[in-house]
Amino acid sequence: MPATFTRHQVEVEHRDTGYGGKPPVDRRPTGGGGGDDNWDSHSSRRGPRELLIRYRLAVLSALAGDFVFFAVLVSAFFVRPTSGHIDASASFISDWHPLAIPPILWINTAILLLSTVTIEIARRQLFHEIDVMEEWLGLGRPAVRRAAPWLLATILLGGLFLAGQWIAWQQLASQGLFFSTNPNSHFFYLVTGAHGVHLFLGIFALIFAFVAMFQFKRVELRQIALDCTTWYWHAMSVFWLFLFTLLVCFQ
Amino acid sequence: MTLATRRPRILTTDPIALARLYLFLGLAAVIVGTLLSLIIRIHRTWPAFAFPLAGVPTPEQYLAVVTMHGTLMVFFVLTVVPQFAFPNLVLPQQLGASGMAFPRVNATAFWIFLASLLVLLSAFFVPLGAPISGWTSYPPFSAIAATGPGQGAGMDLWLAAITLFCLAAIAASINFLVTIVLRRGPGMTWSRLPLTAWSWLASSALTVIAFSALLAAAVMLLADRHFGTSFFIPPGEVINGIARPGGSGSPMLWLQLFWFFGHPEVYISILPGMGLTSLLLANFTRRPVPAPRFMIAATLLIGVLGLGVWGHHIFVSGMNPYAGTAFGLTTMAIAIPSSAEVLMWLLMLFRGRIQLRTPALFTLGFLSFFISGGLTGPILAQPALDAYLHNTFFVVAHFHLVMAMAGVFSIFAGIYYWYPLLTGRLMNEALGHLHFWLSLVGAYGVFFPMHFAGLAGEPRHYAQLAGPIESFASLIPVERGITFAAFMLIAAQFIFLFNIFHSARRRASAPENPWRAATLEWSPILHPTTWGSPTAYGPEFTASGDFVPQWQPRAEIPASPVSSSGDSGVS
Repeated sequence: MPATFTRHQVEVEHRDTGYGGKPPVDRRPTGGGGGDDNWDSHSSRRGPRELLIRYRLAVLSALAGDFVFFAVLVSAFFVRPTSGHIDASASFISDWHPLAIPPILWINTAILLLSTVTIEIARRQLFHEIDVMEEWLGLGRPAVRRAAPWLLATILLGGLFLAGQWIAWQQLASQGLFFSTNPNSHFFYLVTGAHGVHLFLGIFALIFAFVAMFQFKRVELRQIALDCTTWYWHAMSVFWLFLFTLLVCFQ
Repeated sequence: MTLATRRPRILTTDPIALARLYLFLGLAAVIVGTLLSLIIRIHRTWPAFAFPLAGVPTPEQYLAVVTMHGTLMVFFVLTVVPQFAFPNLVLPQQLGASGMAFPRVNATAFWIFLASLLVLLSAFFVPLGAPISGWTSYPPFSAIAATGPGQGAGMDLWLAAITLFCLAAIAASINFLVTIVLRRGPGMTWSRLPLTAWSWLASSALTVIAFSALLAAAVMLLADRHFGTSFFIPPGEVINGIARPGGSGSPMLWLQLFWFFGHPEVYISILPGMGLTSLLLANFTRRPVPAPRFMIAATLLIGVLGLGVWGHHIFVSGMNPYAGTAFGLTTMAIAIPSSAEVLMWLLMLFRGRIQLRTPALFTLGFLSFFISGGLTGPILAQPALDAYLHNTFFVVAHFHLVMAMAGVFSIFAGIYYWYPLLTGRLMNEALGHLHFWLSLVGAYGVFFPMHFAGLAGEPRHYAQLAGPIESFASLIPVERGITFAAFMLIAAQFIFLFNIFHSARRRASAPENPWRAATLEWSPILHPTTWGSPTAYGPEFTASGDFVPQWQPRAEIPASPVSSSGDSGVS
């Protein structure tokens, strides 16, 4: 059955033999390939789990690069406190004006954390063994039916987050703080803007995953679509936590 | 597979076709880059020479030429060909994989690279021309359009091109990473992986990290240029007599961020060449790489340590001297695995009776440049010495030898070696030898004297050596010699181009596995374009000590020596 599912603890008693159905004791002297390094622990190279792992590794690598991207943006933050200028009387005037965080950001953070929870619930629904089995047996798509509302909730919460960020920007603008106003605002807008763009792309991915729930015929591809989106979404939440902490505590 | 046959051929995902496209891209870039270097050489030697259609170059135009030369060569030749063209050509086969992990991402990356090149080249054609802030585009030069011609639209196009390049590089490298880790074929354990695959693994990981950093820095520079921020613009800036208020940043930040990308970039560029050197030396000395796991560890160590040495490019930027010491130490540390690899190669050559076919010659050339260029690295790694040598031609000599010439020779070696996979023919040996010797002599003729010019204090980026105040006029004879050597070096490349296009039309096909290689890309199962999945086996040798190819099942090892023609034989 072409799907990946998570076994419950009680079922994992035997050694995981994968799809090859290996005998419990390998009597071949050299393991059949001339050597060592149990490369064939994934003895089926085309199974759904392998495909999922490949996509997960790709998303992980992309997120590693994204982490470096945000780390570089944050490095600007750590250079900031030294920013200043020399005025006409040759004294150093610091240009560092700590920004008061619009309180709505706290609400946005809570919304984002909630959306992380909902999307994780959605993801797990798709891997639930019984539901996947029921689909294979032709009994409808219970996994999708269970996951879809949580996915919709996540999309909604994500949209609320972005709306809240936009409101925060409006609030700052009404105080006269724009992207170009002072070094602190440069950083604030850049960081929230970059994160917001990533989240915007994330919402597109969520919508894609939602459509895929109903359009993709293969279970494994639906699993992959939602799984990869979920990991991306989790990463964006974690990044936001770091950025938010920076903005709140370390100005 | 029906979907593949319905797709128009130009949108192919076949890696070998993509490799061919990448090689053409690299060829176009290197032709333009070489023409630009010719302009540099001619202007430095004969400053009053008026180029047809353009006249005598102004200093700004000279800087534009230098900027575009560096950008084209570093990105579109020395990164694209070893790190993106060659893996497409041989990586899946070397792994015994049935294909790339993400073929459409792989194909899309090529088209983004092409778009990036076209955007970059279009900078020549906008009013005021190409940017003049160097391939390193230091602010405030690069952040403020008023600082010079070409810093407006030209600089924006440069930034756009680099942004596209970053995205394509990251995407393609993720594909290679996942392919190497998760799509190896049957029997291809980590320890049986050819050293080229290991080097592509290290380079791909470095690419994801380094180019993401460059992308972020480029975004910040874009914000400085167009959204009124000043991440990099210092306070109190006066451009062309006009004070610019609102600066509250630091150009130092760009320097740190750019070189955090820039140093891993040069390792991304050279690691594939190093892997190829190990492969080819093993092939043509008919000997295994001694201690392959050691070589693998050295490759990975170079990759990891390469992330920690970026400060050695900016010792004189006013950084804390203790930071300079720290970077000097890490740079000396990275010399250790590099030297270990070089010593291993020399060990392979010792009594190796290497068969001097053309790929082997270029590999020896790589070794020569890597050693001679690499030996000046530890000199520049000392902050005290770099204080004098920074921004002189000593640095130019160093990186042209160790990165440009070594990199280019590894590209030549790869092309000569894998040419049968592309065309089914062999390149002409005699022309190959001629190309090699002329290029070797020409390259040393161009770049070796630069060491002495640098020691004499000749600065980089000066459009004129003999001026009314400061004069390096005594170095002009050296420059003239360098220019004549450059003419010879460039002329030699026509032999190579002729060889490539002429040999493809030869009637005689190459024999199967013409170099008697052991790695899977030469496996008969994979010829000519069928996708088989050979099973890989560990290293083993015949009674006479020659290799058994990696695809040959072990039960079939002949007891008697494998026959060959022209083999020097291992007794």
